[in-house]
Amino acid sequence: MRKYWVHTVLIICFFSISCSKDDTTNPVVEKYVPTPLALKIPNLFEQKLIAPVIPTGNPQTLEGVALGKKLFYDTILSGDNTMACANCHAPEKAFTDNSQFSTGIDGNQGTRNSMPLFNLAWNFDERFAWDGKELSLERQALEPVQNPIEMHANWDDVVVKLKSNSDYPELFNKAFGDNTVITKELVSRALAQFERTLISGNSRFDKYLLGEITLTAEELNGFNVFMDEERGDCFHCHGDNNNPLWTDNVFHNNGLDETFTDLGLGAVSGDTNDYGKFKSPSIRNLAYTAPYMHDGRFNTLEEVINHYSEGLKRSETIDPLMKKIDQGGVGLSDQDKSDLKAFLLSLSDPSFLTNPDFIN
Amino acid sequence: MRKTTALLLLFIITLISCSEDEDDKVIVKVQATLNFVHDWDGTPVTAEDMESTDYVTENGDDVNIGPRFRYLISDVTFTNSTGEAIMFDGHNLINVADGINLSYTPEIQLPAGEYKVSFTYGLKTEDNTDGAYADLNSASFGVPPSMGGGYHYMQLDGKYRVNGSPSAGFNYHNIRAVDPNMPDGPPTFPDQPTFINVELGIVSINANTAIEVKMNVAQWFKGPNVWDLSVHNQMLMGNSAAQKLMNENGQNVFSLGAVTQ
Ligand code: HEC
Ligand code: HEC
Repeated sequence: MRKYWVHTVLIICFFSISCSKDDTTNPVVEKYVPTPLALKIPNLFEQKLIAPVIPTGNPQTLEGVALGKKLFYDTILSGDNTMACANCHAPEKAFTDNSQFSTGIDGNQGTRNSMPLFNLAWNFDERFAWDGKELSLERQALEPVQNPIEMHANWDDVVVKLKSNSDYPELFNKAFGDNTVITKELVSRALAQFERTLISGNSRFDKYLLGEITLTAEELNGFNVFMDEERGDCFHCHGDNNNPLWTDNVFHNNGLDETFTDLGLGAVSGDTNDYGKFKSPSIRNLAYTAPYMHDGRFNTLEEVINHYSEGLKRSETIDPLMKKIDQGGVGLSDQDKSDLKAFLLSLSDPSFLTNPDFIN
Repeated sequence: MRKTTALLLLFIITLISCSEDEDDKVIVKVQATLNFVHDWDGTPVTAEDMESTDYVTENGDDVNIGPRFRYLISDVTFTNSTGEAIMFDGHNLINVADGINLSYTPEIQLPAGEYKVSFTYGLKTEDNTDGAYADLNSASFGVPPSMGGGYHYMQLDGKYRVNGSPSAGFNYHNIRAVDPNMPDGPPTFPDQPTFINVELGIVSINANTAIEVKMNVAQWFKGPNVWDLSVHNQMLMGNSAAQKLMNENGQNVFSLGAVTQ
């Protein structure tokens, strides 16, 4: 097998040498290459997880990330130049917003809660949005710009605006090479590069796992509730001490409703077994990301915990991990509930909100 | 045009020279691929229909399988007639519910011949190190520290109905048997290990060979312990007695299927 490879490479070399001979009539010009930029991977991620997903067609570069950051904060991507990605994905809220449904440029609201943006390169299946309808970050970034209830722009107009802007043509050249023609695809690649750098892994719980600090008795008991099959049993879907993503990035029905107004994954897959399933969100940074769930129905973590403890609703697709549905759940004690909340909050990472690499 | 022809010629020459190299060797080295297939007493259990198919357990409970059904196998071993064993030190997480990793080729070259093929269902205790495997961590397949850490052997989830009652979930989760000593003491482990050494039988592996490994899912609920889902349904991980029952039922779930070359 390896031998085939060597031969193939030899052939390619041979071929490319003969190719470049043809080119020698032109004067040799030093070709500009953007500067490769490695992701800053937290210690625990490096130790515990497989490599993040970076598509070969869109390597991370210093100039690409810088361009993506500028675009992310720029209202130029919206129809009337009033709204940026950051309006609904604000750094001080771990890149989400605090309203139940975000309002687009025409004052219209959607039916889904905005999602926080972090650790996206570790969504190994690359299924984004609450229902998994977006199949990569590059493709996702195309959507909000033209969505009539979000930034409501026409991509052709946006591209024209970018081309006639005094800064952007040069920045695209730096990010993607000389004489780059600005396209929506390149806008989305730059945005995706920036989004991949948004990494959060520096919470109190991370420091505890690294042996740098100790936790309170309440936080530790809360962790045990989270990990205990007979109490919280949250770890089967929301990660654990060896999965620092704190999500499985998989779609489940966690018992919110008896009937569904939003089919979630089911509307995307067309499979009745997927009705009412949504992606498990990461439980990192909950201190900043209220309200909770795909429709922002819960304003507080107490409400979330009460849901799992006594508010479960039966439906065809409810996940088999949900217990004692007739009683609404396992019924956690008040102590366990407040400790569970303390543990959840130990996964919030204030340094993520103020990282100068991320903020405008 | 001429360049393409030259390239093609070069490629063909390269290919020929490659195969010549292999012909020079006296011993032919081959690979074996394990293909995992699943049934319920003969009815196929597949990603497409496990959630919508009604299966009936030995105890008479109606069940559907999914959305979670995955299990781990490790240390695939080929033992030749002289008793010499070639083991591949690795594991494969088979995700039946999503149809992932149903085919597994251990990266070892075997001299052509007859082999007794075996593997470990789950992980041997010495390999079941907490947090040690990035692929399993990333797949959220771990066992909590209060239960000794390490990894699940199997997560077989589904819904069951007893006598027409509304369906309830079951989590047939198999791990290294443990008695968790909550809240603060360390967990204790019963002597009996709960991973399983699966012997598939003798297979001739004279060329690259595909070996079908069959799991009869019904067997987990059948014998020697007839599984009563109204007794054993959820929260079985920290129940060492239930883990031993699963282990006993697991002894005969695997069998050798078709072998093709
Ligand atoms: C008007 C508010 C709004 C704006 C503006 C907006 N988003 Fe979003 N974003 C949302 C909502 C709501 C969701 C969840 C969508 C769903 O599930 O249907 C979301 C989801 C996402 C996700 C998926 C995250 C995940 O973990 O699956 C990404 C990535 C994202 N947005 C990036 C962007 C980018 C890049 C822009 C700018 C081009 C942008 N968003 C503009 C509201 C907004
Ligand atoms: C079966 C998998 C599963 C289990 C078990 C589970 N969750 Fe969830 N969790 C989900 C899903 C799916 C969602 C999103 C549901 C939606 O929006 O429709 C969610 C949402 C949440 C949210 C909201 C986060 C946000 O950003 O909106 C929190 C907090 C949460 N879960 C905590 C917990 C806790 C605490 C437990 C244990 C008591 C738990 N979960 C058990 C799957 C699960």
